[in-house]
Amino acid sequence: MISGKYRKIIFTLLVLILLGTIMIAGSLGSARISFSDVIKIIISPITPVGVENNVIKETSRIIIWKIRMPRIVLTVIAGMGLGVSGAVFQGIFRNPMANPYILGISSGAAFGVTLGMTMGLQITFLGIGAIPISAFIGAVGASVIVYLISGGGRDILPLLLSGIAIGFFLSAMMSLLMYFNRSQLENIVYWTMGSFNASSWQKAAITAPVILPGILFLIIFARDLNLMVLGEDSASSLGIPVRKSRLIFLLISTIITASAVAVSGVIGFVGLIVPHAMRIITGPDHRTLIPYSMMGGAILLLVSDTIARTIIAPTEIPVGIVTSLLGAPFFLFLLNRMRHPK
Amino acid sequence: MREKNVVQTKNLDWTYNGTKVLDDVSITIKPGTFTGILGPNGAGKTTLLKLILNLLDNEKDSVLITGKDIKTYSRKALAKIEAYVPQSVKIDFNFTVEQVVLMGRTPFLGRFDRESNEDIKIAEWAMQETGVLKLRGKLITHLSGGELQRVVIARALTQEPAILALDEPTSHLDIHHQINILSIIRSLAKRKNLTIVAVLHDVNHALEYCDNIFLLDQGKIVNSGSPEKVITPKVMKEVYNLNVNITKNPFTGNPYMLHDYA
Ligand SMILES: Nc1ncnc2c1ncn2[C@@H]1O[C@H](COP(=O)(O)OP(=O)(O)OP(=O)(O)O)[C@@H](O)[C@H]1O
Ligand SMILES: [Mg+2]
Repeated sequence: MISGKYRKIIFTLLVLILLGTIMIAGSLGSARISFSDVIKIIISPITPVGVENNVIKETSRIIIWKIRMPRIVLTVIAGMGLGVSGAVFQGIFRNPMANPYILGISSGAAFGVTLGMTMGLQITFLGIGAIPISAFIGAVGASVIVYLISGGGRDILPLLLSGIAIGFFLSAMMSLLMYFNRSQLENIVYWTMGSFNASSWQKAAITAPVILPGILFLIIFARDLNLMVLGEDSASSLGIPVRKSRLIFLLISTIITASAVAVSGVIGFVGLIVPHAMRIITGPDHRTLIPYSMMGGAILLLVSDTIARTIIAPTEIPVGIVTSLLGAPFFLFLLNRMRHPK
Repeated sequence: MREKNVVQTKNLDWTYNGTKVLDDVSITIKPGTFTGILGPNGAGKTTLLKLILNLLDNEKDSVLITGKDIKTYSRKALAKIEAYVPQSVKIDFNFTVEQVVLMGRTPFLGRFDRESNEDIKIAEWAMQETGVLKLRGKLITHLSGGELQRVVIARALTQEPAILALDEPTSHLDIHHQINILSIIRSLAKRKNLTIVAVLHDVNHALEYCDNIFLLDQGKIVNSGSPEKVITPKVMKEVYNLNVNITKNPFTGNPYMLHDYA
């Protein structure tokens, strides 16, 4: 754990790293655009007209604004959401192994997408297609079912176990659907691996107003989470209406996670390791852990996505594979560090 | 002025999954007194304590705090009046001692407030009283059992409650700290009119510190009143199946219990 004044400095550092990563991500790709051009293009809407702008190729401008930036912005928002909801789920379940998918969100989303694809669902909503919609409904639906059948979150253990059970059930249902609809197999499997290759400004514009205010709310209520990790009786006797607070925390982080999953598929490990890594810096106080996890999630996911789309270009690998490939060894490193502290 | 009851239960019953654990329990507790709840394992002491802290979903109008139904208080309002030291505490998250103690100020903080210097002073006072001030920077997961218990007591004192409910507060403490903690809370009861409700197993502690005792056995109050009246050879034989002798403690002049080891 690091003392108060350094925490602010490290947070600033994380902001700078994120901005740097955004520049690098904007620059890399099948058409290489120099850092200075990336910066100029990004700040061009706020610079006075005529200043140096004409030097930059119109194609670069289009690549940045139409292709890379929507994807970068969406990745950053989803990464923030996954990092924060991971921290919140670990707090609520008082278990550092908890992650945002613990209430069956990922299998719910995957089942929703599978059902949508096999039925050939053709709905759109605010410019969003059938896949994100069915993923979102599946994700939220699974969590609601888990919450209800486990007795309304009276205790956390039934919630955890119901989440696992429903997760398995929905995965089995999904396999069944896939088994009888093999033509969709590849699409479904590819979706579950997670990818930002179908990013758009529309998606960013619809997830941002959900995820960002959600994170803000969680930061404001973070102190309650500190008390809730002490246990239900202690938290109650310190003035926290535990069941109500738990429901609100679960609801908001479920919606955040479901939104991230809806636009990107199932991306593992971010919600698990980011809060772990950040806790080493911040300690367990959620008032600092949550903002840190927000930055950490964004950086990790953006780095992973940039690797995913550039490492064997022009082929793109699903980002979920990259996060797990990077995440698992890093996680083991952290575990090892915790077992043998300096 | 007529003395009001700060804590009152009216024909309180409690059932866990069909098993009756408390049966028609009616108690009254006066402000500024030290009340002991005694009884064998499984008698229902912790359950009674939880009920007067509104930690269980009991019926309306069976528990009154300062004359009002406990169910009419918000959690936060109740936390400004009552503090709780649970029978056992387990914290897996690496908070520092000071962070945990400061959590006692939560009921007094607004949504956007951080702890003020005043809050920190109160926490420091509580840590000083319970002898954990020198541990303030230590991780809570690195404490010994007795140190942790004293930190939790410090957190409860930091709440500056009117009623302090403690469940076996000395179970992990060495003999010096047992006496130390009980003496501190007794003196707070006298000086600050703090009402103490403590589950105690050590009968001699009860004889020394309590103004009043409720003796629970199998969910029923089998005896209540002053320590001298409740702790008698006859009662001890009935409830604990123990042969005892009550003498006087030459140091304090209070009753002292000696018992057989058969
Ligand atoms: N959550 C629970 N579910 C079911 N039964 C319970 C529960 N908690 C306590 N009991 C039962 O209720 C009875 C009273 O328990 P309680 O914890 O109040 O006893 P106690 O007097 O505090 O005992 P001890 O001295 O051992 O702490 C016991 O028989 C216990 O087994
Ligand atoms: Mg008990």
